[in-house]
Amino acid sequence: MAGGADRPAHPGRDFAPYRSSVLRHPKRPLVPMGGDPDAAELYGPVFGVTDVTELDADLTRQHQGEPLGERITVTGRVLDRAGRPVRHQLVEIWQANASGRYAHQRDQHPAPLDPHFTGVGRCLTDDQGRYLFTTVKPGAYPWRNHLNAWRPAHIHFSLFGTAFTQRLVTQMYFPGDPLFPYDPILQSVTDPAARERLVAAYDHELSRPEFSLGYRWDIVLDGPAATLSEAALPEAVVSHAALPGSGEDR
Amino acid sequence: MPRPTPSQTVGPFYGYALPFPGGGEVVPAGHPEALTVHGYVYDGGGAPVPDALVETWQAAPDGSLAGRPGSLRRDPVTGGFLGRNGLDFTGFARVATDADGHWTVRTLEPPSGRPYLAVCVFARGLSHHLFTRAYLGAPASSDALLSALPEERRTTLMARQESERVHRFDIRLQGEKETVFLDFTTSHTSDTSGLRHGSGR
Repeated sequence: MAGGADRPAHPGRDFAPYRSSVLRHPKRPLVPMGGDPDAAELYGPVFGVTDVTELDADLTRQHQGEPLGERITVTGRVLDRAGRPVRHQLVEIWQANASGRYAHQRDQHPAPLDPHFTGVGRCLTDDQGRYLFTTVKPGAYPWRNHLNAWRPAHIHFSLFGTAFTQRLVTQMYFPGDPLFPYDPILQSVTDPAARERLVAAYDHELSRPEFSLGYRWDIVLDGPAATLSEAALPEAVVSHAALPGSGEDR
Repeated sequence: MPRPTPSQTVGPFYGYALPFPGGGEVVPAGHPEALTVHGYVYDGGGAPVPDALVETWQAAPDGSLAGRPGSLRRDPVTGGFLGRNGLDFTGFARVATDADGHWTVRTLEPPSGRPYLAVCVFARGLSHHLFTRAYLGAPASSDALLSALPEERRTTLMARQESERVHRFDIRLQGEKETVFLDFTTSHTSDTSGLRHGSGR
């Protein structure tokens, strides 16, 4: 029971307080595929050094000037259900700027856009499954789900495992945010222990003097991992273990 | 055993982050063996979903499931995208639906042993992505998934051939002709209660 072992880790797809879910979730049970060892989904897309550039992991250096806001580094490990590192896989992030505005035409929240911040990053995990991004802390922002609805500050994450079944898109939150109880997207995860796993930890050891505050967030991918061994992966994927932007020494 | 990180919706604003030019062109347009697979994503009211993200993954024509890097090759000079190199078959496509809820992927025919595109759907309002399959052509009668489904459900997984190299595959998130969606996590018995049922009971 501790840690909510008997409770669903993932949000129910029909969480009515999140209004847009009402017409966008299946009502029939999903068809279980756990027993099919031949499924193509037990394998998945791979990415390599051609799919990222070094600057992709630093969201503060993508324009000519420094973005406004509180500079942070966010790092952690990507693991599978057995606790093994997910190596050399793609991690993508996107977020609002420090004022709570996305660089997206449909975001018309009247907070300023920042000409020095887009809010997109990507990197490959290293040999230990580590990722690292330098960015600014995103702002909270209003949305129209209900009257006076505000999203707590968050960074969107997209992750791949060794199997397509491990695919994950999620959001990382910041510790102690007073908006947590009011946010139907976070609250769609009904198990409090599972919600906790979406919140990064402030880690003073990760903060860099005179530069940035550090947050640590480890990610565990659900779903069966591939049976594929690393030896079977293309040379280009495994031969670049030390990847720019994904080590902790940057 | 670590507990999984919960899913959260992709939201409405992924459009400047996840899609990339040529995301649906797994093979170059004009490739003599290119198949076009396309369709619409609909919600439970029958309205097209204009902000869904569709990803596909498949075996290469030679049967390989190892994949290749290079789906979203980046340009280290400009920081932009270079596009695929036109040679390596990565097996991976990513397309955002357009204002009509429509998506298109150009790829090579998957091998007869796994004659389908694995499809993963994300959308605002969808708290946890959905997996389905687009079967192309007539699958073997031994296909475990298709043979276990009643006819009216099975047809939701069958792409309809519109012309010689064009297949249509619509995804209905909810409703009378709701697409069959797949659960790959049943071996984790402690986690299935929220996953087995789309309604999250």
